[in-house]
Amino acid sequence: MTLYTKIRAAAFAAGIGLAAIAAPALADEQHFPLQSYRVGPYAAGGTGFFGGFIDYLNLINTRDGGVNGVKLTWSEAETQYEVERGVEAYERLKSNQGIAAWNPLSVGIAYAMIDRITQDKVPLITINHGRTDSTDGRVFPYVFPLLLNPYSETSGIVNYIASKEGGLESLKGKKIVVLYHGSPYGKETIPIYELLAEKYGFELQQIEVPHPGNEQQSQWLTIRRAKPDYVVLRGWGVMNPVALKTAAKTGFPVDHIIGNVWSNSEEDVIPAGDAAKGYTAITTQASGAEYPVVKEIVKTVYDAGKGNLEDKNRIGSVYHNLGIVNGILNVEAVRIAQEKFGKRTLTGDEVRWGFEHLQLDPARVEALGAKDLFHSINVTWDNHEGNGYVTFQQWDGKKWNVVSDWIAPDWALLRPIIEKSSEAYAAEKGIKLRTAEDAEAATN
Amino acid sequence: MSTVTADLSPPLSLPFHAGALAVLAVAYLVVPFIGSSYLFEAILLPFLALSLAGVGLNILTGYAGQVSLGSAAFMAVGAFAAYNFNLRVEALPLIGSIVLAGLSAAAIGIVFGLPSLRLRGFYLAVSTLAAQFFVQWALTKFGWFSNNSASGVIDAPPLSLAGLSFEGPVGRYLFALTVVAVLTFLAYRLVSSQTGRNFIAVRDNETAARIIGVPVLRTKLLAFGVSSFIIGVAGVLWAFAYLRTVEPAGFNLDRSFQILFIVIIGGLASIRGAFFGAALIVVFPLVLSRLGAFLLGDIFDSGVLDMTQRIVIGAFIILFLVLEPDGLVALWDRLKSRITAALRRA
Repeated sequence: MTLYTKIRAAAFAAGIGLAAIAAPALADEQHFPLQSYRVGPYAAGGTGFFGGFIDYLNLINTRDGGVNGVKLTWSEAETQYEVERGVEAYERLKSNQGIAAWNPLSVGIAYAMIDRITQDKVPLITINHGRTDSTDGRVFPYVFPLLLNPYSETSGIVNYIASKEGGLESLKGKKIVVLYHGSPYGKETIPIYELLAEKYGFELQQIEVPHPGNEQQSQWLTIRRAKPDYVVLRGWGVMNPVALKTAAKTGFPVDHIIGNVWSNSEEDVIPAGDAAKGYTAITTQASGAEYPVVKEIVKTVYDAGKGNLEDKNRIGSVYHNLGIVNGILNVEAVRIAQEKFGKRTLTGDEVRWGFEHLQLDPARVEALGAKDLFHSINVTWDNHEGNGYVTFQQWDGKKWNVVSDWIAPDWALLRPIIEKSSEAYAAEKGIKLRTAEDAEAATN
Repeated sequence: MSTVTADLSPPLSLPFHAGALAVLAVAYLVVPFIGSSYLFEAILLPFLALSLAGVGLNILTGYAGQVSLGSAAFMAVGAFAAYNFNLRVEALPLIGSIVLAGLSAAAIGIVFGLPSLRLRGFYLAVSTLAAQFFVQWALTKFGWFSNNSASGVIDAPPLSLAGLSFEGPVGRYLFALTVVAVLTFLAYRLVSSQTGRNFIAVRDNETAARIIGVPVLRTKLLAFGVSSFIIGVAGVLWAFAYLRTVEPAGFNLDRSFQILFIVIIGGLASIRGAFFGAALIVVFPLVLSRLGAFLLGDIFDSGVLDMTQRIVIGAFIILFLVLEPDGLVALWDRLKSRITAALRRA
């Protein structure tokens, strides 16, 4: 029984050897380990998002020579959106020096990482998704569901439907069906929809589509029987075009389907063809390549042949722009932390401090070349979401058109619910609530 | 499964003891001091959990000849049962939760094993698929199982036994190692007992087994029960020691196939085979992916590398099964006897 120990030892030795060779130099560098997914059912999201993120890091390196002279580096490991692979990738990549933050773009992987990154004191960014109660920085010091947590998204969508119907009072007696992805991500909003239904008096039915969602005939027949006023599509990946096509087949009007923030990309509507014309979806960042920062990426990165997207037509698409916005937020957090701790490689805990002071008002966003790309963010030590604004866009068959102003979700309504959940988590885990002074100190 | 040669495991003999004890000694006394957190977290913990699941499935499929595609479902039952016993029964020690979780999995296993009294081969495999779909559906549908957690993900409780805490990678490794060692030893004793011979008799010729007085019905259900117990405990290790968080979708059909492949590649009707198979299934893709990233990482992106990896692994498995249908164990035994022969000659 020594063969497997030998194999294991050999594999391990090989691993160590490779890690040693691949380890970056210790010069002033800040590292972003990327648990990306470029194959599997969610590859469209993965390639767009990580492509945009890498493109922005490339832009900062090429145009500015890094952040105040500190070069940005990154390494990738494929996860296929699977939790075990994500954990393996985490263990593999964490040996890199000077890690700034983790961005797994998967709720399942993020959940599995919370204990680990809290122990390692490195921030975990779950932009536009994640565990809602991690918004409470008193309980989750290292987790940041930046811009839009799932509850805010829900509130934004309900407010938008209300505005189309003529105010929140008009929601009474209306019927809304939520079609959600059968995953931790999809289920995250079940309780908040129930709560809002009770508060505003609309009738609610929530229907699950099992992962990955390429068969939805029975769900849409149920919807047809229920005759709702609106269907909220809380999908992901292949589930979205299938939903739009099946809706067309069963005769549900597409302009009464509202997509959530992970059902809002070109990759969701183009495969659905005409069935998607008139479909509306929420977003935190507009699509399009006309924003100055996107133009600079094209000029500096793509024209030099260093672009990450294989298909240049996807530049400025929803996922690509989200990756760019995610890049802006990560880089600005590093920059803000550098102002306090010095222009050098920072520790994870120092970058955490940077994220907790990530306050970009519309003027600063404009200076970064991202005016109208996203609105603003205002993260504090106890609010790790940062009150992002949302807008709604409608697909005309060729591109997304913005059809609303920047809308604020009802944060005051949501905060007590979030705190109740996070305090329950803290009690279960025996976590002592952090105070503002605790948050101010950072270990190096 | 009638092509598998009857491998009556030898009675406890000194050489087996010596080999197993040597491996255990290294695992307990050397590995914890030299291993890195990557070794424990990404290699040894999934290896131990999947090996144990392989041991469990091997009792059912390898020894008793009943094909099952529901292994991941029994792992899920184990993981969620342990979580709920631990959460809802005050003052129950963790070991109690684990045993009760195993028993829950065994109960579910026996229920889904009932069709085996009428069905065989592929038909049985298809009927065990029902377990796979039913369990995943029930765990997703009823929030009670995940304590009404919004996203259906459960958080593992801290591991401690009799006041000893098993936190950190090394602690969790030692915990898993102990559980695996104890259960593997029991499984080994079982298959070399009269019950184990009954399993093999039922596998090789059911009618003949019935004629010589083997209680076929009881034997089959016992095989389902014992196998599901072990797989259920493997599920607890997967959730509590390895991932530290679990969602029902993590125990999907892919995982069931993975465990079946472990058993087939490692060697049917062999306890050691499960460990060989799990080592290959866990370690080989990692080595390939590292090698790929190292050699070609600058040329291709991680997606292309991943696809290539799958092709290589698939080709390797086909080649291997053609050349050595009896599994890694047979390969290992041949290698060993050749080396011994060569040493004798020298």
